[in-house]
Amino acid sequence: MLHAASLGLVLFGTWLLLSGMYVPLLLTLGVVSCAAVVWVARRMDVVDHEGHPIQLGWRALIYWVWLGIEIVKSNISVARLILDPKLPIHPVLVTLKAGQQSELGQVIYANSITLTPGTVSIRINDNTILVHAVVKAYAEDLESGEMDRRVTGIEGSDPPQLLGSR
Amino acid sequence: MQILLDIVSWVLLLAGSAFALIGAVGLIRFPDVYARMHASGITDTLGAGLILAGMMIQGGFTLVTAKLILILIFLLFTSPTSTYALANAAYSRGLQPLLGGPEPDPAALEAADPASAIPGQAESGSVGSVSGEDKSS
Repeated sequence: MLHAASLGLVLFGTWLLLSGMYVPLLLTLGVVSCAAVVWVARRMDVVDHEGHPIQLGWRALIYWVWLGIEIVKSNISVARLILDPKLPIHPVLVTLKAGQQSELGQVIYANSITLTPGTVSIRINDNTILVHAVVKAYAEDLESGEMDRRVTGIEGSDPPQLLGSR
Repeated sequence: MQILLDIVSWVLLLAGSAFALIGAVGLIRFPDVYARMHASGITDTLGAGLILAGMMIQGGFTLVTAKLILILIFLLFTSPTSTYALANAAYSRGLQPLLGGPEPDPAALEAADPASAIPGQAESGSVGSVSGEDKSS
């Protein structure tokens, strides 16, 4: 129920931003259509900790700021590789352990790996991620496990409940 | 004040365009599909991000800026997902990534772990033969 209410608020906020016309008729239509979407989403059983992860909270915001800085750093690093006349790349495949308890956490980790240029996650098995890195140093950066720890940290205060609670 | 905002937004727009261009150059220069994904990642993240930031400054505190922020958020969620789908599809079909350097540079191989270089790659030699292999696959 909390998820549904939060989803409704987010939808209506998005609707207000995208519409920009604040007259009673359109506002009413907006409320009705948001309610209809929430109803359909609940019937589809997708309003949960995965479809609408409010449990991440403010820790996710801090993580995004850190991730943004990492993305900028690795962008500059890969751009240098591309512009280097010798193209000094040395691609490697590595298998990383994903320490997250929930599937959502693993998805956040794998997507973060892909978002930082220089590393792409190729496959997620039970709790390992196969990663292609364009230079060995990037793979070693990931193997140091800082991103893994940070994603595990934002995962929610009660991870055991997150696993298979559907 | 307006001129200052214009300068900042143009710097962001030009920097974003430069990164998008670098991503395109990398798309051509990198040897195989997996390596090329890293180049397209530059266009996806910093290229698009800086261009959107520049446009936000042009937009000021308006609904247009709010929509641009939404575009950025959607982009940051969807582009890694589609990249993962692409990489996973290529890998599932059995396309093996080219590992090791396309141009086996003794110094680079020494600096990195020699065991990770595939012998077949070391034989294939020049950049030309590697890109030839890529076209045939």
